[in-house]
Amino acid sequence: MEKISTFKGVAAPLKRSNVDTDQIIPAVYLKRITKTGFEDGLFANWRQQEPDFVLNQPIYQNAEVLIAGPDFGTGSSREHAVWALRDFGFKAVFSSKFADIFRGNSGKQGLVTGVISDADTEAIWSVIDANPGIEAKVDLPNQTLSVGEITVKFDIDEYTKWRLMEGLDDIGITLQNEAAIAAYEAKRESWKPRTLPAKGV
Amino acid sequence: MTPKPLTLAEKLWNDHLVVKGENGAPDLLYIDLHLIHEVTSPQAFDGLRLAGRDIRRKDLTIATEDHNTPTVDIHLPIAEPTSRAQVQALRDNTKEFGVRIHSLGDKNQGIVHVVGPQLGLTMPGLTIVCGDSHTSTHGAFGSLAMGIGTSEVEHVLATQTLPLKPFKTMAINVEGTLRPGVTAKDIILAVIAKISTGGGQGYVLEYRGSAIRSLSMEGRMTICNMSIEAGARAGMVAPDEITFEYLKGRPHAPEGADWDAAVEYWRTLKTDEGAVFDKEVFIDADQLDPFVTWGTNPGQGVSLLDAVPNPDSIADPNERAAAERALEYMDLRPGTKMKDIAVDTVFLGSCTNARIEDLRVAADIIKGRKKADGVRMMVVPGSQKVRLQAEAEGLDKVFKEFGAEWRFAGCSMCLGMNPDQLAPGERAASTSNRNFEGRQGKGARTHLVSPVVAAATAVRGKLSSPADLES
Ligand code: SF4
Repeated sequence: MEKISTFKGVAAPLKRSNVDTDQIIPAVYLKRITKTGFEDGLFANWRQQEPDFVLNQPIYQNAEVLIAGPDFGTGSSREHAVWALRDFGFKAVFSSKFADIFRGNSGKQGLVTGVISDADTEAIWSVIDANPGIEAKVDLPNQTLSVGEITVKFDIDEYTKWRLMEGLDDIGITLQNEAAIAAYEAKRESWKPRTLPAKGV
Repeated sequence: MTPKPLTLAEKLWNDHLVVKGENGAPDLLYIDLHLIHEVTSPQAFDGLRLAGRDIRRKDLTIATEDHNTPTVDIHLPIAEPTSRAQVQALRDNTKEFGVRIHSLGDKNQGIVHVVGPQLGLTMPGLTIVCGDSHTSTHGAFGSLAMGIGTSEVEHVLATQTLPLKPFKTMAINVEGTLRPGVTAKDIILAVIAKISTGGGQGYVLEYRGSAIRSLSMEGRMTICNMSIEAGARAGMVAPDEITFEYLKGRPHAPEGADWDAAVEYWRTLKTDEGAVFDKEVFIDADQLDPFVTWGTNPGQGVSLLDAVPNPDSIADPNERAAAERALEYMDLRPGTKMKDIAVDTVFLGSCTNARIEDLRVAADIIKGRKKADGVRMMVVPGSQKVRLQAEAEGLDKVFKEFGAEWRFAGCSMCLGMNPDQLAPGERAASTSNRNFEGRQGKGARTHLVSPVVAAATAVRGKLSSPADLES
């Protein structure tokens, strides 16, 4: 995973609360066999049925920062919800409240999820409304989000922040124990099975 | 100071510890064997590709095709596009990454939990994982075997380890002698009915006692297989002479000095005298009858000699409501004798009960008898090798003469990802492990049974035990 520090990107306002994972990506998009290419499934129902939906507006085609209403990512544990946001191009989502599993999955896939207050959310939405297409600046080390003149603090747990800044996924963290794994393997008893070379074929 | 007495599960855990987690972090355990199938692996391989990672231990990894494979006309392309794509993705991924695969048509193709033991790859003292909840099957050999999710599949492929939080331990003590016609399947259905489908949550179950000791490896696998139906993460049986006997001479079993060293270690794999389990359950094997389910979860079961229960007699309001819903879905009335329930289909198959021994006992019962009119019987061996073995013993002829369909290996009607499904409203006696709504087809009704009950049911057309055929 890429290390994340400070970045800028177009901020898109998603003025809805309780956006569950079925809204983020409907079940019909889950049949795929790849881990990428889920951008077409992102908010698919809204994008298909509501011409005015924020991500249908040309100015937000390249949005990278999503400012959403409270209770984002509730519902099923599908990792696809995070893949869809990531594949569309989002690097960060802000909300006053996230579902735990969604937030956990996001951290593993390099998507920043920052908690900001409802008042700050409203304030940022106003700035965006006045300046559609404006860029937001996300400063992960200092945990600040800046849009126009406004700069607000966001919450993120220390462990996830560390992982994102180091660019570590679960596998990356485990691989930091390479020496211990290799030492364990060196002791492997010779009676233990190996699938190769194949026998019994 | 004498060391603290340990349970079998704790010993296996300690023996595989790579890094002890500190400050609430999980422990890192080494994984000895990783089994793969087509449904839960594609995104894991894609994840490796995206991160530019390789498989750490191809020599501890093996794949087979099972969930989507057809059980007839296996030389034809798979018709359903999603199924075909999943199987093709597995073939492409294993080729690209150099993983051993047993594809449709290969004699080692079959349900992943049948293939591991038959090759002698599953053995005592290992940690075994697979992206499939019924990986618990392999615990029958005295190994720690668990189902994992797709992200974890990727993690194991890349690192051959898994971060895990310790489990609690539960002893399931089954003492006594089973009566004729009562089998391992009846023990596990009785266990689940007793502790409920959530009763094992957070636990590793160790099956112990004289009734377990006297079971064959096939029977032990049937029991461990359904540990997950009690919500447990894993189930296990301590290895003994029966285990060693089953393993000896299998393709990947240790040989010579390795065999001796292995057996010496395997003999230490039992719960120490004085070790304390977090919970203990007792089952009296002498009292068990053939067990069948009436509802839509594996805990909703009764003796075959009983009747469909009355929800009014269930004290817990949630369970009562669940029973009412189940009876409506199953189209059953309270008080109906289980033996009066007529079925449309009998399915002998799945990773619970499609090993050679299961086929033998079923064939033994139907031999020389006539199938009930209007009942369809499907026999789906757990692996292609089981199929070949059964044919060598002439079992296929017994099934065919009886009027049963003799199929190729795979998961088949256990979950109906391939075309083997029940029609809406159809009722089946099934040797599989899940009777959930719609599991075997939309609107399908499933009664979980043992292979002997399945066979007797095919003869009488109603849920039956072999004893019912004598009169
Ligand atoms: S036979 Fe059924 S339970 Fe077993 S692996 Fe296949 S689908 Fe799962």
